[in-house]
Amino acid sequence: MSIIKTKNLTFEYIRRDEEGNVEGITTAVDDVTLNVRAGEFIAILGHNGSGKSTLAKHINAILHPTEGTVWVDGRDTSDESQVWEIRQTAGMVFQNPDNQIIGQVVEEDVGFGPENMGVPTQEIWERVAESLRAVGMYQYRKSSPNKLSGGQKQRVSIAGVLAMHPKCIILDEPTAMLDPNGRREVIRAVRGLNDVEKITVVLITHYMEETIHADRIFVMESGRVAMEGTPKEIFSQVERLKELRLDVPQVTLLAHELKGRGLRLPDGILTTQELVEAMKRNGYL
Amino acid sequence: MLRDITLGQYYSTESLIHKLDPRVKLWGTCFYIISLFCFKNFVGYLVAMLFLALVIRLSKVPFRFMVKGMKSIVFLLLITVGFNLFLTPGTPVVSLWKLKITWEGIVLASTMALRLSLLIISSSVMTLTTTPNNLTDGMEKMMGPLKLFKLPVHEVAMMMSIALRFIPILLEETDKIMKAQIARGADFESGNLFKRAKAMVPLLVPLFISAFRRANDLAMAMEARCYRGGEGRTKMKPLIYKKQDYLAYAGLLIYFVVSVALGRMTF
Repeated sequence: MSIIKTKNLTFEYIRRDEEGNVEGITTAVDDVTLNVRAGEFIAILGHNGSGKSTLAKHINAILHPTEGTVWVDGRDTSDESQVWEIRQTAGMVFQNPDNQIIGQVVEEDVGFGPENMGVPTQEIWERVAESLRAVGMYQYRKSSPNKLSGGQKQRVSIAGVLAMHPKCIILDEPTAMLDPNGRREVIRAVRGLNDVEKITVVLITHYMEETIHADRIFVMESGRVAMEGTPKEIFSQVERLKELRLDVPQVTLLAHELKGRGLRLPDGILTTQELVEAMKRNGYL
Repeated sequence: MLRDITLGQYYSTESLIHKLDPRVKLWGTCFYIISLFCFKNFVGYLVAMLFLALVIRLSKVPFRFMVKGMKSIVFLLLITVGFNLFLTPGTPVVSLWKLKITWEGIVLASTMALRLSLLIISSSVMTLTTTPNNLTDGMEKMMGPLKLFKLPVHEVAMMMSIALRFIPILLEETDKIMKAQIARGADFESGNLFKRAKAMVPLLVPLFISAFRRANDLAMAMEARCYRGGEGRTKMKPLIYKKQDYLAYAGLLIYFVVSVALGRMTF
């Protein structure tokens, strides 16, 4: 069953000068057609300005397509009357944790979404507790968000979306402002949601390491989907990724270089363990 | 560090006064201040002082925290006392050169000083025992009827609580920008007042820009979480009066009647 579907999605930013005359048009998303099935873990890769964030904002009905259509769980996002159902179905986590936490206490912030939806008080408390447990932040429920680390704040943001009981979570570069520890924390929490709660995840990022566990990867380049496939398929094309100004995980690069020097290794090695095993199998170790 | 500052002056402890509904405390402070202005004799002030002492005792907040609030008005207090003491006409008690201290002056100056101190201490008790968050909630609920006059009560309360949430973040940001500017040779500390005010410009401009950017992000995040104003919204922590709150109202009423009755009596 498909949960997110776009057809010929195009979005144009109109740049205006000071008098309001049209200076030019930037096409941020250009004719994107994709389909995400319920329960999938999707990663969207791309360097700055590739249109990946703009695409994400369409799924949450924050932006509306200039041309084409986006359906979330069968609902057309251009339909104004369905906007709140869409935002409830597809929750969104943003980049800067400080700018998306509204409450002054962790539990109050997590309760903000359900409050807006008109959930009864008793049920809000249940949802808050279960969401905080799902991201491993339950013991901090009474803390002030200002005293948490970046990774913890971002997990609170995820809990805030989770408390709305969405079918799908879109994370717009949730780890871009975090240190490596915080990044690991957040990615572990996101994978947990996908594995345990069976929530569809769309992770937008420019860190390759975070995408290796995804079911499918979309690589974006100047508003278009340039590559699509499983992590193995994507990362076996090291040269093509370099053309798109993207890195590959270090291990993949090492395997690629070794292969270039004549070692017999398979394409698309993603983890250190895989590389070690492949080398043992072929008698290099 | 900056991030550890407490907002308002909330003193965290477990006490009866802390547990009261914020509305009780807000109304209580209001009526206490009104009562202070009704008194015509010292008996009223005596009752008021005893009542406040009892409340402070129940709140378990050390008395020195109350006095802290007084520091800011010491100057105002001195001026008020000085003027009333020397400039009230009446029967002179002491004369120093051209200055006369009159009996009426002494009475007026001491009532003024008492009134001001009690006013400040009583409002300190409220802010010391109520979290800023609770206070905004209480105000929102209290001003609810004003919605009939198209006053955006919910929006104002939401703005206040967001402002409270962002004060520490913006303070930290100010600190960062300041250090960045100092590292590039900016000088915020020397020169006269005018020069120093001018030196603040390179601090304020980036701060404002970043505040606007944050506001934009926050608005988007709130919309993404289905925020659409106060209509149809439920509360995670609704304010519901409990038994203790009704008892507190009763106590307050008794205090008000007794103190005003005694305070307006002529002996």
